[in-house]
Amino acid sequence: MALRPFFNEMYETGGAVRPHYAAFADWLKNTPPEKIAQNRQAADLMFHRVGITFAVYGETTGAERLIPFDLVPHIIPGETWESVSRGLKQRVAALNAFLYDVYHDMEILKAGKIPADKVLENSQFRKEMVGIDVPGGIYAHVAGIDLVKDADGEYYVLEDNLRTPSGVSYLLENRKMMMRLFPELFSHQRVRPVDHYPDLLLETLRNAAPPGVDNPTIVLMTPGHFNSAYFEHAFLAQQMGIELVEGVDLFVQENTVFMKTTQGPQKVDVIYRRIDDDFIDPLSFRSDSMLGVPGLMKAYRAGRVALANAVGTGIADDKSIYPYVPEMIRFYLGEEPILKNVHTYMLGNKTDLDYVIANMKDLVIKEAQGSGGYGMLVGPTSTKEEREKYKQRVLDQPERFIAQPTLSLSAVPTFVDSGLAPRHIDLRPYVLSGKTVNFVPGGLTRVALREGSLVVNSSQGGGVKDTWVVD
Amino acid sequence: MLSRTAAMLYWMARYVERAENHARILDVAYRMSLLTKDPNLQDQEWFAPLNITGTLFPFSGRHSLVCAKEVLHFMALDPENPTSIYNCAKQARENARAVRGTITSEMWEVLNSTWIEMQNMDEDRLYARGVSAFFEWVKERSHLFRGVTFGTIRRDDAFQFHRLGTYVERADNTARIIDAKYHILLPSVDDVGGAVDYYQWSAVLRSVSAFESYRKVYRDVITPLRIAELLILRVDIPRSLHFCLHDVYEILCAVQNSSSQEATRLAGEIYAALQFGRVQDIFGQGLHEYLTEFLSDMSRLGAEINTAFFAPTLPPNSVQYAGPPVAA
Repeated sequence: MALRPFFNEMYETGGAVRPHYAAFADWLKNTPPEKIAQNRQAADLMFHRVGITFAVYGETTGAERLIPFDLVPHIIPGETWESVSRGLKQRVAALNAFLYDVYHDMEILKAGKIPADKVLENSQFRKEMVGIDVPGGIYAHVAGIDLVKDADGEYYVLEDNLRTPSGVSYLLENRKMMMRLFPELFSHQRVRPVDHYPDLLLETLRNAAPPGVDNPTIVLMTPGHFNSAYFEHAFLAQQMGIELVEGVDLFVQENTVFMKTTQGPQKVDVIYRRIDDDFIDPLSFRSDSMLGVPGLMKAYRAGRVALANAVGTGIADDKSIYPYVPEMIRFYLGEEPILKNVHTYMLGNKTDLDYVIANMKDLVIKEAQGSGGYGMLVGPTSTKEEREKYKQRVLDQPERFIAQPTLSLSAVPTFVDSGLAPRHIDLRPYVLSGKTVNFVPGGLTRVALREGSLVVNSSQGGGVKDTWVVD
Repeated sequence: MLSRTAAMLYWMARYVERAENHARILDVAYRMSLLTKDPNLQDQEWFAPLNITGTLFPFSGRHSLVCAKEVLHFMALDPENPTSIYNCAKQARENARAVRGTITSEMWEVLNSTWIEMQNMDEDRLYARGVSAFFEWVKERSHLFRGVTFGTIRRDDAFQFHRLGTYVERADNTARIIDAKYHILLPSVDDVGGAVDYYQWSAVLRSVSAFESYRKVYRDVITPLRIAELLILRVDIPRSLHFCLHDVYEILCAVQNSSSQEATRLAGEIYAALQFGRVQDIFGQGLHEYLTEFLSDMSRLGAEINTAFFAPTLPPNSVQYAGPPVAA
């Protein structure tokens, strides 16, 4: 396949280094390749020793792998970040307003801005949440907004992650690793710090406490150490100094949640849960799951315990709702969206379906409910056979799929076997919503390590880079 | 602290301690087997490690011969043997991984890198490195872990439950080591002073790093009575039963809760018997009988610790869920 034109984050079209990469380019030129190679090895060793690994589903049970870490940072100029961050604030505010609305008065549906059945018949719409007030009206306390840059150099939101977005531990560890390996880089230019993220998160969780609780007991709830993101759960709990609990550690008595401790039961006020809605309470959701806490949903509905994120946020980040986010921004905030959406074809719609089937080679097709890069078709890199197979799946249940034009995704030079070569990236900033909206500058940069690949997910051979916002 | 976390810290410590003790036991068997040229006697030395760890039965189910190569592999490297050093390293690391938010990163890194190295170990590498060198490595990793723990962890409940696991496991192991050799410690006059006995006795002392202490304490020839006294009743020997139970009792007092009275009482009772016991009375009762009773008390204590701290009973009016409906 012919390489499509893409935006190179480090070099201009003529080959000149972009100003915000100048200091790094100097350093790269003046640092012996042996030292860099040595440090690449050192980084691998350290990640291994520290055990920063993730589990890969579908491989041998308990298999742990390292996420490849690349030494060339993704650098963003400060002023660019200012406008991106305004866009993020705006978008997350609208998404939270939407969540409050669909579980209360449904104004946006009444106004006809979103077809009511798209919301009410969506499996992510949780009837249990209708009419329930959550503290501060905040639903998505932690949001991961996936951004990409197209060939035109403009940022687009690829998707919103409002359920249990993961990856922030890599953001923190990547920075720690860079500062450990190349401290001199950070004296050449001011890189905005990110390591206060756990403090911001803790503050957000405190703000989420039920009214009247002054000094809330906060816990982080994990599905357990076989979960792919377990490292991150343990890491964040440790950084915030809160207990890392599993479902079996909690129980509910008279609508109050307690954890079992060596000093007897202790009341829990806020649960930062990294476990999906379906699994949090076998009495309310999936009865075959033993991961959750029986009675938790009832205590939650009674307002006796807070969950972050709230139950039911999936309705706002569902891919079939995504096309309406710009409309939400206009409807709730009366503003024009700062960050662009990628044009999305809804395959339940006949015109869209016909167009997509005729143009599969140019499009990315995804399941509306999918995540993690599983079960998607990237048209330009697919074979005819793959397209035929995928077409059958789409035609069987078209409403389960969406399609988007293939964005070219910007690229950052990356160490590969043959030396430095551009590889495509995306960026996931983490937006924290409490009394105020907070984030650390930048986000997690994921990089597709295979030449020409646009799939950055770690489960699909993606790596990570440190992300710098520089002044 | 979470009950489950406390349990995992306790077991993490027990597995580390167990790996170290198994290395000690095997090292002694290995050295002893080198002392004799008679192949039958050599192989006999290899019964001891199996007896001590209570694995003679599973071992003999899979091996027809008790010999150095087989026992070494079974106890050091065999993934099928739940108490092999290999599995102790694995379990210690698994427990640590589950509580890595509670332990310090240095503690985690020691157990993680030990496990990574352990995975690369096979029989060829073990012999290439040298059998004793391998046991030294296991002991050193355990020493390192203990040192890192003492040097980095906050003196909170996590520290206490780690110590509790260490001393409960160590008391159990020391008692088993003495018990496996009790026949040579029995004060029969027949071969006292024989060279074999001297090596046997000093091997017992060395296996618990108490040979030099013995010399300092008694400044006299090695006798079975004194060995028993040293390893059971002396409070200043860090692997003695008295020492371990002193700490177990003290820890249980420090972490006590409303349902731990029985655990504390029982620990106190065992401790008091060690504190005020006399070695003549132990031999009067019979050393083997005494140790059997001790091990059974320790196993009761383990069960009490479990119900008091690790598996608390829930209040009767808490929300219960019996599990999904069973399909007809």
